[in-house]
Amino acid sequence: MPAPAGARRTRERVIPTSVLDLAVAHAAPLVVHAEPWINFDVGLLADRFWANTINGLAYGSVYALIALGYTLVYGVLQLINFAHSEIFVIGVFAVYLTFLGLGFEPGAIPNLPLAAIILDLILAGLVAMAVSGLAAVGLERVAYRPLRRRNAPRLAFLITAIGASFAIQQVIRIWRGSNPEGTIRLLPPSPVFTIFGAPITNLQIVIILASLAMFVVADQFVNRSRLGRGIRAVAQDPATATLMGVNRERVIMITFAVGGILAGVAALFYLMTIPQGAVYNGGFLLGIKAFTAAVLGGIGNLRGALLGGLILGVVENYGQSLFGGDWRDVVAFVLLVLILMFRPTGILGESLARSRA
Amino acid sequence: MRERMAGVSHWWNAKSRPAQWGYMVPVVLFLLALPVLNPPIITTEPYTDFPISLFNAAVFALIAIGLNVVIGQAGLLDLGYVGFFAIGAYTAALLSSPDSELGVRYPWLVIVPIAMVVTMVSGVILGTPTLRLRGDYLAIVTLGFGEIVRLLADNVDPLRGNRGFQNIARPGGDFPDGTPIFSQTDALGFYWLAVMIIVIVLLFMGNLERSRVGRAWIAVREDEDAAELSGVPTYRFKIWAFAIGAAVGGLSGTLFAAQVGYVNNQRFDITTSTLYLAAVVLGGQGNKVGVILGAFLVSYIPDRFQFEPTYRFLIFGVALIVLMIFRPQGLLGMRQHLLANGRQAYQKLFGAGAAVAPSGLTPSSKARGDLPETVPDDHAGTSPRGGGE
Repeated sequence: MPAPAGARRTRERVIPTSVLDLAVAHAAPLVVHAEPWINFDVGLLADRFWANTINGLAYGSVYALIALGYTLVYGVLQLINFAHSEIFVIGVFAVYLTFLGLGFEPGAIPNLPLAAIILDLILAGLVAMAVSGLAAVGLERVAYRPLRRRNAPRLAFLITAIGASFAIQQVIRIWRGSNPEGTIRLLPPSPVFTIFGAPITNLQIVIILASLAMFVVADQFVNRSRLGRGIRAVAQDPATATLMGVNRERVIMITFAVGGILAGVAALFYLMTIPQGAVYNGGFLLGIKAFTAAVLGGIGNLRGALLGGLILGVVENYGQSLFGGDWRDVVAFVLLVLILMFRPTGILGESLARSRA
Repeated sequence: MRERMAGVSHWWNAKSRPAQWGYMVPVVLFLLALPVLNPPIITTEPYTDFPISLFNAAVFALIAIGLNVVIGQAGLLDLGYVGFFAIGAYTAALLSSPDSELGVRYPWLVIVPIAMVVTMVSGVILGTPTLRLRGDYLAIVTLGFGEIVRLLADNVDPLRGNRGFQNIARPGGDFPDGTPIFSQTDALGFYWLAVMIIVIVLLFMGNLERSRVGRAWIAVREDEDAAELSGVPTYRFKIWAFAIGAAVGGLSGTLFAAQVGYVNNQRFDITTSTLYLAAVVLGGQGNKVGVILGAFLVSYIPDRFQFEPTYRFLIFGVALIVLMIFRPQGLLGMRQHLLANGRQAYQKLFGAGAAVAPSGLTPSSKARGDLPETVPDDHAGTSPRGGGE
């Protein structure tokens, strides 16, 4: 569209700033040299490379666990379950309230034997798994199932998901207030050993290993068990699967439940890493990033979700060192846009259905 | 309810264009007079200044009309529309605020076309890489775009983050008694301006919908593959939808910035974007009158009943779910007729009987609402796969 005559003269003055912003949005690394408000600190990146990597892997494990929930539901229903981030937040609050129920006070560092703390953590994790799993199934019942019954168009599912996400968030906000809950740290991080000078804390080891274990369990469940075969069958061809005797509604319920349970585990690890993170809207950013991770690895693909989560966690940390802390989230979103531009099916491709069918 | 709505639509479509104008002019005049009349029950006065409330509703309506092009016409789910609104507002701020580093102070009328071009370009920039994506992916990328715009406003120094820009230019002109028509305290002039802009944009959109572009959008919305195979350059028309929607978003951004006179990074979060979406979906995607009604409700009801903002979002969340279950096409949803020469063909098809009863010619399409469908018709009743595919 031609610009009006008055505007044409001035466009040269306008476009530099506004288009520059967008250029930054789409290709941050290209313009950073010119601007002082964004760093380009290669030295810091090199210095903190290993610390960032390990930290990113730990944080990425949390992304990966949430991403698994997105990927499973997407594989079966081709639906972005926007409310999954709120399922995760429900898990976070379940963990937090369990801590409170076990008698831990915000702020105080508990003086308990290690075994007791680990038991408490496991208990909180189990509670979160149960609560998140139930919440996910409940969400499916209340919000999505009526739409399936009515054969609603796809956009209706997405909008319902957004509505559900809103509603759950606001219920939590009305219930617990909009300020973050107090900090309860059961297991303070302490360095266990170092890799290339980067300290590795006990928390990071626990989270990375436990996440991997959870991932293996989920992967085996989907790929080897009878129920998992049902999930893959529905993902591949719902009509045929139904004709072959797969109970589609039950498969969908189980899929949501598994996603919820994994979100509960993620909630525990998240709160162990960021004890001040129990806040009603804390799931939004994490949810988007987890979805980014799922897309990154190839949505519908369990291994892709793991890979994507770890890559996202690490890249985000590198970006933070390179450009400065404010740019962490921008890096994640730019990564999402770039990936969808160049490889819309993700690194490993979309394939819940096709993997070992 | 649904049948009655369809009846009204048929009645309306059966009228000649001048007759439609005859009905519309008094409606517009009434809307213009509304803040002056300040009717007792409708007014928001004890809580919110009525002209300001109406102005906000009008801006909301303008945004909804723009977003409707993207979602309702072309069927592209854009969750980052607030980004365009923000770009429009920031363009106005950068070009006219004394706080801006550009050091220029253009009048508002100069800013508007510039802002529209800038947002249009940004719509194309966002659309070019992303519009090859389908449905859900597009939604998430646009969401990311909206967040990126907001984060840039936070982080980029020349955009001043939380400090914001003050004294953004507003249109000139005085009332006979010497008070300025357009001021921050009295939104009356701005409300009139907004209504007139809406009328102009609606005329433009109406013509666009009936043009080749509009038909291409509907084809893309209904079935992108079929459209592509029928020779519609879907990608190009999707970009057009993005660009035009973005331009309207930018226009509303400048309008908003001019009235408030101040822009900072606090108004452009995803929650706002979701409210825009709620307005479009609530009113009925693809129906211009519907989205205006939806926008009016979303903006006006909280002002009128003084909801606590917390409950506002909760209510919208629940309303979205309930609406999708019971009336997925929105309050005034109406499947747009895919006819080449809309009016004439319409009258030939429905004839004189159209005004009396909505005949059974398109019962299935009416009953299913006007959301874009990806499920082929022959699947509809029989396949257990359902709508989730």
